[in-house]
Amino acid sequence: MPMISAFALPVTQRMVHLSSVDLVIIVFYFALVLAIGFYLKGQAKTSEDYFMAGREMTAWIAGLSFLSANLGSLELMGWAAASYQYGILAAHWYWIGAIPAMLFLGIVMMPFYYISKTHSVPGYLKLRFGEPSRALSAISFAMMTVLMSGINMYSMALVMKVVLGWNINFSIWVSSLTVAIYVGLGGLRSAIFNEVLQFILIWAGSLLIPILGLVEAGGWQNLKAKIAVNASAEYTHLWRTLGSFSDNPMGIHWTGIVFGLGAVISFGYWTTDFLVVQRVLAAKDLRAAKMAPIIGAAFKMFVPFIVILPGLLAIAVLPVKLTGESAALATGGHSYNEVLPLMLARYCGPGLLGLGITALMAGFMSGMAGNVSAFSTVWTYDIYGALINKKASDAEYVRMGRWATIWGVLISVGTAYLVMQFLSIMDYVQALFSFFIAPLFGTVVLGMLWKRTTPAGGFWGLLAGTASSIGMWAWVKIDPSALRYVALSTHARDMAENMYRALWSWVVCVVVTVGVSLVTKPKPDSELAGLVYGATEIPSDRQMPFYRRPIFWAAVVAVLFVTLNFLFW
Amino acid sequence: MRSGGISIWFFVGISLLVNGLLIFCAGIYELVHPPEKPVVLFQVHANVWWGGVLFLLGIVYCVYFAPGRNRV
Repeated sequence: MPMISAFALPVTQRMVHLSSVDLVIIVFYFALVLAIGFYLKGQAKTSEDYFMAGREMTAWIAGLSFLSANLGSLELMGWAAASYQYGILAAHWYWIGAIPAMLFLGIVMMPFYYISKTHSVPGYLKLRFGEPSRALSAISFAMMTVLMSGINMYSMALVMKVVLGWNINFSIWVSSLTVAIYVGLGGLRSAIFNEVLQFILIWAGSLLIPILGLVEAGGWQNLKAKIAVNASAEYTHLWRTLGSFSDNPMGIHWTGIVFGLGAVISFGYWTTDFLVVQRVLAAKDLRAAKMAPIIGAAFKMFVPFIVILPGLLAIAVLPVKLTGESAALATGGHSYNEVLPLMLARYCGPGLLGLGITALMAGFMSGMAGNVSAFSTVWTYDIYGALINKKASDAEYVRMGRWATIWGVLISVGTAYLVMQFLSIMDYVQALFSFFIAPLFGTVVLGMLWKRTTPAGGFWGLLAGTASSIGMWAWVKIDPSALRYVALSTHARDMAENMYRALWSWVVCVVVTVGVSLVTKPKPDSELAGLVYGATEIPSDRQMPFYRRPIFWAAVVAVLFVTLNFLFW
Repeated sequence: MRSGGISIWFFVGISLLVNGLLIFCAGIYELVHPPEKPVVLFQVHANVWWGGVLFLLGIVYCVYFAPGRNRV
């Protein structure tokens, strides 16, 4: 899930100076992504082409795109900062906070999304629960997606100002117009093509930092020893310090990590956020759709190498101590959020620096393209087609999709400028986004796995879960001492509060959905075919050799996941 | 995944090839004209070998997924 911290970096002087070869690399990147958009323009003639990329993506393409849409540059920089601040605990967001949910999506949920031939997650809710649930989900998703995109855009422009000294307006308009052009022209196919390219560039531009960092630190064991001296030995343990809220720098308990993050937030994000699910819906067949999240999970497991490890290395090798935003502003020093650019500047000379900056931009643009293509699809199918023009032709859908892409970008730009004026908006929008994710997972998973769930149960459960999340958030805002009820401890910090709030809102959603369903009339089995476990014939893959079966690869990834957790216990 | 004859991996190859070449050349230039303020671990000349690796990977991708070849 996206990590977006308020990047109020202290604007003092530019951190790095680009050489001419760095600038050539950056300009070449922009030229290439635009060229791909123009090249693919002719292949986005029907709505199925434009919104679903013709449903012809291989498992690898869909899987890499699925992951790339999540790998925004703020995700990279935010979690690198978090690992400097909290140590290896930040890796939980990549492992238990992602891998089980991605495997669950591939093996359990993807058959229903894929067989139902839905165009979107709200579209699935329409098929399963009816129009009210779709409208609630579509409007909240569309609104939140463009707002989040604007916040990302502003934060990225601010980073470019601090790191490179670039004008904020220049960064916002150049990057957003580039995304608008290539997504507007080629639709989802263009977004996916570019996301795969961006995925490769992110790795090519980031991989040297941990490699050279480990060389400088003298290997993992020496790195641990240096971290123990400069910070604490607990910074390199994943689970050992989670027995108590006060024993770790994150102020979190293992129940919050396992049940809040691992069981609710990550499942909510990875299985119901259309931003990522859309990429898998574009797969060419059911096997590819099931394999795509598994491939994504395999790569996700190794992202900490380019995100978490640089933060840990910075603790050991940087000659300066990074601080929080306010301290950095007061002293003119560097903040946690600057850790990745600082490490980049430390090891990367001309050329490599340009590639590293390109990696950050690629991360931002892949995240933004994910946002606008998902917004465009949900707006066109689930709001315009469902509520405004029910008789729209296929050509009108494509036209509306292109316009929605442009509007989406412009609203995002507007949000970016709004955030620039009123920084506190950022916190509110991020909180708003979190309100919908956990209850939506409750609604979707009950809808898929329990035939008895009724349309009324689905709608009221979703509404009650969302309302309870908003209520708990407001309660703590008004009365901070309420934290001991919401997060079970007054020692809990923001992240812990988010996790427990998600957990309770999911519980409320499930309880209300079950309760209402038991007293209302269910749909007959004939209307549930292709939508629900027990009423859907899922093609067996037993005829395939074992090494082609998704379940085999899911098991391999699961074993690796467990091993990593024990290795860094 | 091909689209109208050009594989997505061909675009990836072009990107790796051009970036690799530029980084490699910048590294060679620095070998000949060492900078006044070198980066940490300058002596391992990361831009030379990393640029070379990217360049070679780019060549492989460009050839293997060249337009017109029957690859997916």
